[in-house]
Amino acid sequence: MWVFLATEVMFFGGLFTAYVLYRNFYFPAFEAGSRLLDIKIGAFNTAVLLCSSLTMALAVRAAQLGKKRFLITFLLLTLLLGATFVAVKFGLEWRHDYLEGFAPGANWTFHGPDWRHVELFFCFYFFLTGVHALHMLIGIGILTVLIVMAVRGRFSPERYNAIEVSGLYWHFVDIVWIFLYPLLYLIGGRY
Amino acid sequence: MSGHIVSKKLYILIFAALIALTALTTGVAYVDLGKWNTVAALAIALAKASLVTLFFMHLRWSSGLMRMVLVAAFVWFAILVTLTLADEFTRQWTPVPSSWEAQIQQTVR
Repeated sequence: MWVFLATEVMFFGGLFTAYVLYRNFYFPAFEAGSRLLDIKIGAFNTAVLLCSSLTMALAVRAAQLGKKRFLITFLLLTLLLGATFVAVKFGLEWRHDYLEGFAPGANWTFHGPDWRHVELFFCFYFFLTGVHALHMLIGIGILTVLIVMAVRGRFSPERYNAIEVSGLYWHFVDIVWIFLYPLLYLIGGRY
Repeated sequence: MSGHIVSKKLYILIFAALIALTALTTGVAYVDLGKWNTVAALAIALAKASLVTLFFMHLRWSSGLMRMVLVAAFVWFAILVTLTLADEFTRQWTPVPSSWEAQIQQTVR
């Protein structure tokens, strides 16, 4: 799993590098674009994701100790928090951006200064958050399988590898968001 | 399988630190520090990522091989960013002839 995560670092790393490069090209437009994002939703989702990482860590702990009921509860909590994140992302934030006219290609009505490069910022925003949300959805799928397996009593303190490894994946997706949140929402400055 | 079992208290402590750092990075974004805003945001993100890998992902208690995989990933990522940016910052762009500029402006519109 660690080797897979290393490849994932390269995957997101390439995207981050492209983002940093274009941010340097069109610095004012990217700052303006960043300010158009809703920082409250971003901060809320960061907190939700950090909570889900805590519950995932506690789920691994419950598996190590062989506490089946705690394991199922924490896995369910993680799944719910993950689903909350994705629901807020798609249902609230993307919907809001679309209605405000910040969706390149679909609905773009923003025509402020240097709007073409603001549009480019939003392309990056939708792609980066979209790819991250896709990872979240995969994680939710994995959690569903784990919960079913846990209910059937497939795990014991000697056999919980699947939970440990899925936990690593879940924490990794959390780390990607830990970097996405400042890069997209914060470094435009809010003063 | 016998992994290291971390106390519940430590997990909650790490979680509290992560939330505090999130609040801090959000707060810093409202203060004008010039270039240091970006530095602060990235430094805090790095600190948060380290907490998650070391404690939630148990890297603190993992074997050297696991750590090496992670370090290797980040070294390669650093190479990618450094070389790309080094190229970008040292490249002299050929200026666009003035006669083309009008054409480009037209196609852009």
